[in-house]
Amino acid sequence: MLLNQTFLILDWAFFTEKLVLIIVVVMGSLLVAMYSTYAERKVAAFMQDRVGPDRAGPFGILQPLADGVKLFFKEEIVPNFSSKFLFILGPVLAMLTAMMIGAVIPWGGTVHLFGRDIALQIADVNIGILYIFGVVSLGVYGIMIGGWASNNKYSLLGAMRAASQIISYELALGITLIALLMLTGTLSLNQMVDQQKDHVWNILRQPLGFLIFLICAFAETNRTPFDLPEAENELIGGYHAEYSSMKLGFYLFSEYINMFLSSAVMATLFFGGYDIPFVNDAALVEKIGMNWTALLEFAALFIKILCFIFLFMWVRWTVPRFRYDQLMNLGWKILLPLALFNMLATGAISLLK
Amino acid sequence: MQALTNKIKPVSRKPMSLWERMYLPAIFKGMVITFTHMFKKVPTINYPEQKRPFSPVFRGLQILNRDEEGRENCTACGLCALACPAEAITMECAERKPGEEHLYREEKYAAKYEINMLRCIFCGLCEEACPKDAVYLSETFAPANYQRKGFVYGKEDLLIPDPKTDPEGFAKAKGSRLANPQGHGNEH
Repeated sequence: MLLNQTFLILDWAFFTEKLVLIIVVVMGSLLVAMYSTYAERKVAAFMQDRVGPDRAGPFGILQPLADGVKLFFKEEIVPNFSSKFLFILGPVLAMLTAMMIGAVIPWGGTVHLFGRDIALQIADVNIGILYIFGVVSLGVYGIMIGGWASNNKYSLLGAMRAASQIISYELALGITLIALLMLTGTLSLNQMVDQQKDHVWNILRQPLGFLIFLICAFAETNRTPFDLPEAENELIGGYHAEYSSMKLGFYLFSEYINMFLSSAVMATLFFGGYDIPFVNDAALVEKIGMNWTALLEFAALFIKILCFIFLFMWVRWTVPRFRYDQLMNLGWKILLPLALFNMLATGAISLLK
Repeated sequence: MQALTNKIKPVSRKPMSLWERMYLPAIFKGMVITFTHMFKKVPTINYPEQKRPFSPVFRGLQILNRDEEGRENCTACGLCALACPAEAITMECAERKPGEEHLYREEKYAAKYEINMLRCIFCGLCEEACPKDAVYLSETFAPANYQRKGFVYGKEDLLIPDPKTDPEGFAKAKGSRLANPQGHGNEH
């Protein structure tokens, strides 16, 4: 009886709407991650005066499929002395936490479909930033558990590096966010985008904050110059040294999904989110209708994200890896005081105004 | 101690200036360099589809030549084997029977002609030694095989296609390479 009532109370249209959104976002992130691997190899090739993958399909655009098929057909190896449950849990957690960030990002305005106004955001929680922060800190568990369960010195070293690196850089990241919150006065990503639509983008109000955030984002996603956890030439792959087949694929994929979604977060926080630059969105809605505006807004966000992804790759093929002490010095002795200074300065200026 | 060469450059141990310690300007400079490389011409040659043009004096695998009527030039005189510094060439001669005039140009011919491509150093001395223009170095290179004995090329591997029945194959095997660019001195 009670069960029956719950089913009646459940708003089925709302439920389907969110389900479809979740599927689209998850599939979209996977697709973007797939083609990020291709883009990474192409960008690397162009920057090193090479051709890059060009055998699978025209310009090699089927290369990600070939790589995926290869990973699926590889032998699944679980080392004898590993803790089997944790060994499998590691990549699953890494993938899961990477995907979860996508839930709170506003991907576009509102669309009007089947007589309903659908916001292009899975969950408009009023503590969006805190949620992202929490999920990012959980992300270290995927790497840590995987490295620990492998029962291998190199994996454990890589995992330790990852854990300490992510925890160190989270401090500066959090303090930069505090400065941003002082300006916006809200934790909801949706409201932040709305504010940036009406006023200037946050990058103009928080340039130093953005710089620190960017560097920390590089560290949080384990990208060069902070890719110490998986340093191929020191740690033979770091935390995923023992992994093979699609479990390895999950780790590699989660890195690219992290990159995609942290780009989305940066675009949302500092570059106006889905705001189309130099265009009044309200006027655009009257001119071409709600759905087309939402589509254009999504395109604007996507272009911003792609620019960030390119930046990630560009830096990767330019800058060599930091040494471990340099990494810690940068995190604790430079970025943390800078972020504190930024926070205090922001507070002082907003008080004096 | 006195330095052995004058090539040693002293390493600068000066402490970095503030500008250098900021890292970011240097990183940005590096990024500009990598970005300009995106627009540079790619020097890659897509090998199976594209091929690098050969030098006119390129020396590849040997071929045994035929004349315009498709008869074998080789008379099994053994000069090439004698000239070969790697001792890669062996041959056996035979006498042309009546009725075989369309096969062999002269009354003596090579019944067996073998070049061991693992021994061959592709010096081209066989080509220079040949008085009958029978041995040429072609533009074919990089042969592959599963076994060592596969690299001992017999007559069936070396003979050029018949220009009368297969003119295209003949031209392809001969290639655009200049035979004896300097002349071998046996022309007269």
